[in-house]
Amino acid sequence: MSAPQAAADLGNGAAIRLVAGRELSTRLRSKAFRIVTLVMVIIVVALCIVLKLISGTSSGSAVGYLPAEQAAAAALPAVAKSTGQTVHIQAVPDETTGKAQVRSGDLDALLTHDNGRLTVIVKKDIDAGLRSTMDQLAQQIVFDQQITQLGGNPAQVRDASSSATANVTALEKPFPYQSQQLILGIAAGILIYVSLLLHGQAVAQGVVEEKSSRVVELLLATIRPWQLMAGKVLGIGIVGLIQILVIAIAGVAAGLATKILTISASAAVGTVVWLVVWYLLGFFMYAVVLAGLGALVSRQEDVGSAVAPALVFLIVGYVLGVSILPGDPSNRLMEILSIIPAFAPTVMPMRLAMGGVPPWEAIVSVVLVAALIPLLIWLAARIYRNAVLRTGARVKLSQALRPA
Amino acid sequence: MAHTGLEIDHVSKRYGDVIALRDMTFEVRPGELFGFVGSNGAGKTTTMRIALGVLSSDAGQVRWAGQPITLDTRRRIGYMPEERGLYPRMKVAEQLIYLARLHGLSTTAATRSVDAWLERLGVAGRRDDEVIKLSLGNQQRVQLAAALVHDPHILVLDEPFSGLDPVAVDVMSQVLLEKCAQGVPCVFSSHQLDLVERLCDRVGIVRAGHLVACGAIDELRAGGTEQLIVAAPDAPLGWADDLPGVTGSHRDGDTTVLELKPGADDQAVLRAALATGPVHEFARRRPSLTELFRNVVTEHTDTTVHEERAA
Repeated sequence: MSAPQAAADLGNGAAIRLVAGRELSTRLRSKAFRIVTLVMVIIVVALCIVLKLISGTSSGSAVGYLPAEQAAAAALPAVAKSTGQTVHIQAVPDETTGKAQVRSGDLDALLTHDNGRLTVIVKKDIDAGLRSTMDQLAQQIVFDQQITQLGGNPAQVRDASSSATANVTALEKPFPYQSQQLILGIAAGILIYVSLLLHGQAVAQGVVEEKSSRVVELLLATIRPWQLMAGKVLGIGIVGLIQILVIAIAGVAAGLATKILTISASAAVGTVVWLVVWYLLGFFMYAVVLAGLGALVSRQEDVGSAVAPALVFLIVGYVLGVSILPGDPSNRLMEILSIIPAFAPTVMPMRLAMGGVPPWEAIVSVVLVAALIPLLIWLAARIYRNAVLRTGARVKLSQALRPA
Repeated sequence: MAHTGLEIDHVSKRYGDVIALRDMTFEVRPGELFGFVGSNGAGKTTTMRIALGVLSSDAGQVRWAGQPITLDTRRRIGYMPEERGLYPRMKVAEQLIYLARLHGLSTTAATRSVDAWLERLGVAGRRDDEVIKLSLGNQQRVQLAAALVHDPHILVLDEPFSGLDPVAVDVMSQVLLEKCAQGVPCVFSSHQLDLVERLCDRVGIVRAGHLVACGAIDELRAGGTEQLIVAAPDAPLGWADDLPGVTGSHRDGDTTVLELKPGADDQAVLRAALATGPVHEFARRRPSLTELFRNVVTEHTDTTVHEERAA
């Protein structure tokens, strides 16, 4: 007989590496993976550019004034500042020129007066911020006139009144949520949700692919069921990790480049690190469950209904997160959900990106999920082992959980 | 070589109330081609799955070289499951290399072996095509390659000939005989009994989860009735019925088929035939495996099964 090639014994690590390696090489080369990654990168970068364009127009209003309004216009920038607006003033020779500039969009508003009342000419409607600035200005003009009539000095009164503020003492220091961090939180939430959904389902589909193509019998003649499951989960997990890193880094880079993100580099890195940690925790938690549930069915058409019970938690966490957190980052319900393992992978990263999460909450939620994963692996491996070779009708969960 | 046989020792398996295997026992010796025949659902696939460790048995043991089989020894088995299975969207060579590596081969050894087998089985040209793009016959060849790439020390093939074109059947037969010549114990199941008869050294007939007959085909024949084919056109109907040793006869045109008791004198029959006129053909026919199979299976069939068949 021909010299037998020494078939080396295959250890656990080697078996899992082989299976994971196949997942990696076939999936990273697949068109679907490349297209999805590219599209998501494009969306994230486009979002940054759009945000930049929107914020660019609201960086200040240009207000023109007629020579007669010199005094009122001079006071405008200061008034605007007190209401949180930025206004640039610009002299206009006459009303006709001014109106033409308003119509063309060069000016946002033209300051004039009508029978002593302050009048603002705009193209269609006035921006709410600019309106309150103008109202303030009108009040101040009336105020100054009254003070002068009473024999006082308007400038002195203004100085005195502006320095008088109520003294506020807070019992608990509120976290100063910034709009940037809220956006970052939502982005993190969407990214982690899409990744978990996409790659979690890929695990279930991969299990069913092996089952429906019957190749699983050939595989299980050489390796144990848990090795096959672990390799598959690990391989797809790494594929997802690569994707999420590419998208997150592209997003943060685009945000910093367009100056949409002005948070410090360390805060940006922190967000990405938390995103990766929670992606991995969430992925392993959901993926093993989805692998077990996927093993119950034999046809791709049935995967959806088999994995739905597990995906409900993922979807509920995400939907509640994106609808409640941006408006109310310190919502009590979301604080609780972010610690419950089933919801933590979607809710916690959003909260972490928004900031203001007490360290103990962050630690407890990580510990709970990390502790649950081994239990889920044990459970899923059992379902998988009992169900993966039973082709045909859907295997009942109760049957699959019974000892072999 | 240090090959010793594959032993299936009193293996039993039940699914709920259904007994799938009952004390299944047989041995495939090194260098022996063992044919495993039986009706659908008789337990052939279950036995093979248990031998491969894909299924666990309720009782009994599978041994190789005298030792209970383990996952590491199972990697030396070449297996072709009844339900053919390969990744449909994976390229042929890539897939075979992956499977060979799961059997413990290094990448270089796997690649070398895959290329050699693809060449041998005539599908080298499809090396980099996805499996799904291959014709059914070529997919079967790739499946066979999957069972052979790791140079197995045992072959367990479930219905390896089903769905093969005649050329592929010849290639498959050659490969099996060659592997046997190398001292590898081979067991395969098939419904093509003529093929089993032609190829196998020994045959096991399984019915309702139990091995009802096992041995070389000649051994199985021994003790059974023998048949004589006599073409004597002028002989009258029933000419041989009273001859000593003849237990039955039926006539088909000029030809009479006679059933003979073991040890009966066929020369007396020939003399009687010549006495009726010219004899164009006089041949001893040994029962084919198909007939043996039918006999063995019906012998052991109880009345309930009989009724089911009649229905």
